[in-house]
Amino acid sequence: MPSKTATSGSRLDVRKTYKLFIGGKFPRSESGRSYVVSDARGHFLANAAAASRKDARDAVAAARKAFPAWSGVTAYNRGQVLYRVAEVLEGRRDQFVAEVASGEGTTSARAAHAVDMAVDRLVWYAGWADKVAQVVGSTNPVAGPYFDFSVPEPTGVVAVLAPQESSLLGLVSVIAPVIVTGNTVVVAASRDRPLPAITLSEVLATSDVPGGVVNILTGSVGETAPWLASHMDVNGIDLTGAAGDTEHAVELELAAVENLKRVRRAPATEPDWTGDPGLGRLTQFLETKTVWHPIGL
Amino acid sequence: MSFQYAPAPESRAVLDLKSSYGLFIDGEFVDGSGQAFKSVSPATEEVLAEISEASEADIDRAVAAARRAYTRVWSKMPGAERAKYLYRIARIVQERSRELAVLESLDNGKPIREARDVDVPLLAAHFFYYAGWADKLQYAGFGPKPKPLGVAAQVIPWNFPLLMLAWKVAPALAAGNTVVLKPAETTSLTALAFADICQQADLPPGVVNIVTGAGETGRALVSHPGVDKVAFTGSTEVGKAIARAVAGTSKSVTLELGGKAANILFDDAPIDQAVEGIVNGIFFNQGHVCCAGSRLLVQESVYDDVLLRLKRRMATLRIGDPLDKNTDVGAINSSEQLARIRELSQVGVSEGAERWSAPCELPDRGFWFAPTIFTGVTQAHRIAREEIFGPVLSVLTFRTPLEAVEKANNTPYGLSAGVWTDKGSRILWMANQLRAGVVWANTFNRFDPTSPFGGYKESGYGREGGRHGLEAYLAQ
Repeated sequence: MPSKTATSGSRLDVRKTYKLFIGGKFPRSESGRSYVVSDARGHFLANAAAASRKDARDAVAAARKAFPAWSGVTAYNRGQVLYRVAEVLEGRRDQFVAEVASGEGTTSARAAHAVDMAVDRLVWYAGWADKVAQVVGSTNPVAGPYFDFSVPEPTGVVAVLAPQESSLLGLVSVIAPVIVTGNTVVVAASRDRPLPAITLSEVLATSDVPGGVVNILTGSVGETAPWLASHMDVNGIDLTGAAGDTEHAVELELAAVENLKRVRRAPATEPDWTGDPGLGRLTQFLETKTVWHPIGL
Repeated sequence: MSFQYAPAPESRAVLDLKSSYGLFIDGEFVDGSGQAFKSVSPATEEVLAEISEASEADIDRAVAAARRAYTRVWSKMPGAERAKYLYRIARIVQERSRELAVLESLDNGKPIREARDVDVPLLAAHFFYYAGWADKLQYAGFGPKPKPLGVAAQVIPWNFPLLMLAWKVAPALAAGNTVVLKPAETTSLTALAFADICQQADLPPGVVNIVTGAGETGRALVSHPGVDKVAFTGSTEVGKAIARAVAGTSKSVTLELGGKAANILFDDAPIDQAVEGIVNGIFFNQGHVCCAGSRLLVQESVYDDVLLRLKRRMATLRIGDPLDKNTDVGAINSSEQLARIRELSQVGVSEGAERWSAPCELPDRGFWFAPTIFTGVTQAHRIAREEIFGPVLSVLTFRTPLEAVEKANNTPYGLSAGVWTDKGSRILWMANQLRAGVVWANTFNRFDPTSPFGGYKESGYGREGGRHGLEAYLAQ
């Protein structure tokens, strides 16, 4: 946040350094680069880390490392962890309201509404953790003496291009449905409005979310996204953050073909995040596994 | 002890083969404007018929017919009426089951026993199953008013021509879409027989269109701008080309691609049953199965015993005339496929694996490959990594369950896997750890219209079968 100049009788603010979030740690970009983040009126807010190709790869490695444990814990446990994220986010409400308001150039009241919705969305998705398998799984009445059932399983490591405009509500709305089912993610945050994403990573780091489950990169999406789209150890990619940039989205979709990533295509314009999220994002990065076993004496 | 079997050939008299076949567009059989090609019996190299090749202009007409039928008829028809058409098709398939089985065996090279007992019954079962969904879509869990996508372009392979047609056409029609389907160029005949069934069922013209041809025809179909949905079963390589072709469009895509399934045998498994499962897993349909158990992982402590029994069992397999009712393993579908199987087997030998083939006499004419296993295979060998799509099994070993999982998952594919053990908790643990879309425990190669099928990773995306299979044909 903009700080006051020290004058007699007042105290000089201690500013925060905004860094990346990889494997549960807060590194600077290995490239040593940063870029200026301004508020909606063009005033200086912070120098954020400009993530590089190497940072993207490190984030993928961290996400892969975290996948077996995160996908292996019980759904009940994942639900509680997500609920905990909501609790901790709520505790930082004022900070998020200030960051959203300055970054998005909106009133405090509107920003507060967005923050409240973000908390509520986390709670909503937290509750899905131990229900989605009952809604999309099945036992299958095959014509033979077999017990046959289908269960949803997480796709793996998912790259998420976060919305460019909705810096907290949109961000939470694209991360929560992907991780609640057991995937781990690498998020390319909004380039121009990255501060809520970085503060969210502090929330995640103190909410029992294991390191590496969520990794957040700041900087130019145009620079990191191609490496995520073509990375052979990324299993899925959500192109929501490329909304409206058809050319870039098509390039990323083509790059994703190399290992047949599951692709959520970019919408024409950024969605309205205030509506009912539906099941689309929750089921986008799920695989269906069918298991057969004979029945007999 | 070995038994002698007298020949028991199924009669071809039930067939009324024509010398040439056209395309099926807008409810009529019409000549294609491309270069005609021949369909041969892989067991004898006998030319069965000439098949029209669909040109781009033909594809245009087929897609336009499908669009008209979609807009004017099929999407407006109450689900209950669509259902009755599908039920009618299922019944006609059952009525004509002998003819379809003989034609499938003749054109594809698969044993008549398999075409008769697996392919054709499952074809009918898929239409019965999806018929019942047509008027219940609002209860399928895809929203209160699910909508069809429009015109579906469907490209299917040659290994299960009728069954793959059923997997594609039945859910598409049930959901209210119309289709343009391209069968594989070596196995067009049963798709055209299915077109005749559509006529007998009085299916409205344009709801099902069938265009024959090879890769070019398929490319023109999936990249046609008038298509809303692309569904493909085939190789991972072509699947990727299709994914590229639709990038940047609004077409939705499902891909069911290659596999390199591990069939994992623990030392506590009932060995004789497991050996039957291994044989079924890799030699069923000449190994032309995307989910074939082509990598056998045997626990070291029972390796010698399993190998002995496996070879003994393989020596009793009867290879030969697909139309003979005693035949276990039929002909390789084409000379191209035979060349690929031979090439990869040669690579297996030159990379140091030990080859053993079942002792059997192969016919002089036609395309044949004896059931073969390779031992001493390592994970780096090409025969352990690449899909051979033939009757060739690579045998590897493991010591611990963790090692088995590690090896089973060490592949870019993820279509299926098999587990053989008597321990229930281990079955469920293994099923949980294996990154594959279908896990068969103490069985293998089972298929059912109610059971979702499809891959993880580079084996593709989307599911076919069951309630899940509707999702690919409905707008969310």
